[in-house]
Amino acid sequence: MGVGILVEDLNAWYGTNHTLQDINLHIPANHATALIGPSGCGKSTFVRCLNRMHETNPIARATGIVKMGEVDIYKDASPVEIRRRVGMVFQRPNPFPTMSIYDNVVSGLKLNGFRNRRVLDETVERSLKQAALWEEVKDELKKKSGASLSGGQQQRMCIARALAVDPEVLLMDEPASALDPVSTSKIEDLIFQLKSQYTIVIVTHNMQQAARVAENTGFFLNGKMVEFDSTHKIFTNPKDKRTEDYITGRFG
Amino acid sequence: MDFQTRSMRLNKIRRNATNYFVSSLSVLATIAVVIPLIAILFYLVYKGASSLNLAFFTKPPAPVGEPGGGMANAIVGSGIILMLASLMGIPIGIAAGVYLAEFGRGKPFATAVRFTADVLNGVPSIVMGISIYSLIVVRQKHFSALAGGVALAIMMIPTITRTTEEMLATVPHAIREAALGLGVPKWRTVVSVSLRTASPGIITGCMLAFARVAGETAPLLFTAFGNQFWSLKLTEPIAALPLQIYVYAISPYDEWHRLAWAGSLVLIAMIMVSVTLVRIFANRGVLKGGS
Repeated sequence: MGVGILVEDLNAWYGTNHTLQDINLHIPANHATALIGPSGCGKSTFVRCLNRMHETNPIARATGIVKMGEVDIYKDASPVEIRRRVGMVFQRPNPFPTMSIYDNVVSGLKLNGFRNRRVLDETVERSLKQAALWEEVKDELKKKSGASLSGGQQQRMCIARALAVDPEVLLMDEPASALDPVSTSKIEDLIFQLKSQYTIVIVTHNMQQAARVAENTGFFLNGKMVEFDSTHKIFTNPKDKRTEDYITGRFG
Repeated sequence: MDFQTRSMRLNKIRRNATNYFVSSLSVLATIAVVIPLIAILFYLVYKGASSLNLAFFTKPPAPVGEPGGGMANAIVGSGIILMLASLMGIPIGIAAGVYLAEFGRGKPFATAVRFTADVLNGVPSIVMGISIYSLIVVRQKHFSALAGGVALAIMMIPTITRTTEEMLATVPHAIREAALGLGVPKWRTVVSVSLRTASPGIITGCMLAFARVAGETAPLLFTAFGNQFWSLKLTEPIAALPLQIYVYAISPYDEWHRLAWAGSLVLIAMIMVSVTLVRIFANRGVLKGGS
């Protein structure tokens, strides 16, 4: 089951560049939340702060409170524990090139020392079915390299890989921006089904996509969150002039 | 025929001619690279094959004046010294390369290590021999297989370190992020993802270093020293093929000259067989079809 996320006074820097400024936000459990905004507005940095990937860059730093349920992820847990609870799907499919499809999907378990064959088999089937990839690859799970799949299949495999460790939150950083329209609509269908079980945060440049998959939408501009509301409200009746300008295509 | 088509046709001829000329150059260059290798191999077989017999592989050298004898002790000795060198040189070399690529980025210490490795790579092998002589042999008061192994290991390290670093640098950052994003600890990401992805290149680097030191004579002159008799002890002087070849080649006896040729042939064959075996072994289980 998913868990809600509460963000209070989140600030983030890359070196001296203040990329996120005083973000306050509540992301509800078991819903999809979209983050939109022009390139460089800080939305990617924001999701990377939610699973502490931000700090893997040596010059990056963040302050503030991020609460996942009752857990303050910057105080009460290590980055490694947090990343097991918060799955991430990246902009470009990033399969492990040396691993089979099977090993890619259960890599999160195997690389953490989990070896029970029966559980691994079950996890592969469950995750690939959740990612709507099972039927296409079930006959060559161990024969084919994960990198030999098509781009859209690779991205669904990466989603299966994230789901295999049984996270509560799924972060998606422009998961369909490198894919063709058919693959994109498959990913969107997937998000639609997955949000009943997981809390999903999706960064997207595609406003129709935000409108299609997300209940709530946040608009980021220059490191600040300008507006956060129900997706319907943001796209039909935004409060802020800058949001309106952006969604009507007047800039960005 | 109007002017334009005429100039276009001339252009096409010139383009094709240039293409043909440059392609031919690269084929010629390839042939120039392969010919010396093949020539050496053929000459070694021509000169050395006739002296190869069972005794060569089973007997130590015969005393001066006696016919027969072989290089069995030198073959085994070379194997032992190279095993020692690989056991020490490969882990240290790879570990240093991992530090440079994964943990030391931009740190002054890493820059110092990188510089040292490059300088070490340029140290003449005879200097390496003398250094190990004064550091180990003089203190232990005798030559030893171990000292030879250390000398060769130190010669292997810079090549392996720099190759490991460069191969790790070619592993896409996105793959490391994928592992870290799954909650895999950094050390595990380095071992199971970065190193594994870079392993074909790193293995090539190790093999290059191995093949290079396998034929080294100078660093062994004052360390392993050579031995006319059987010895498997790591703390005693030990025979090695390059040393034995050197001694036989500068001797005045025709019989020994022939044995030197045979020894050279065996040395090259040993290097080629071990490099090939490692490649076959390393490629097992690699999945096809990746990009």
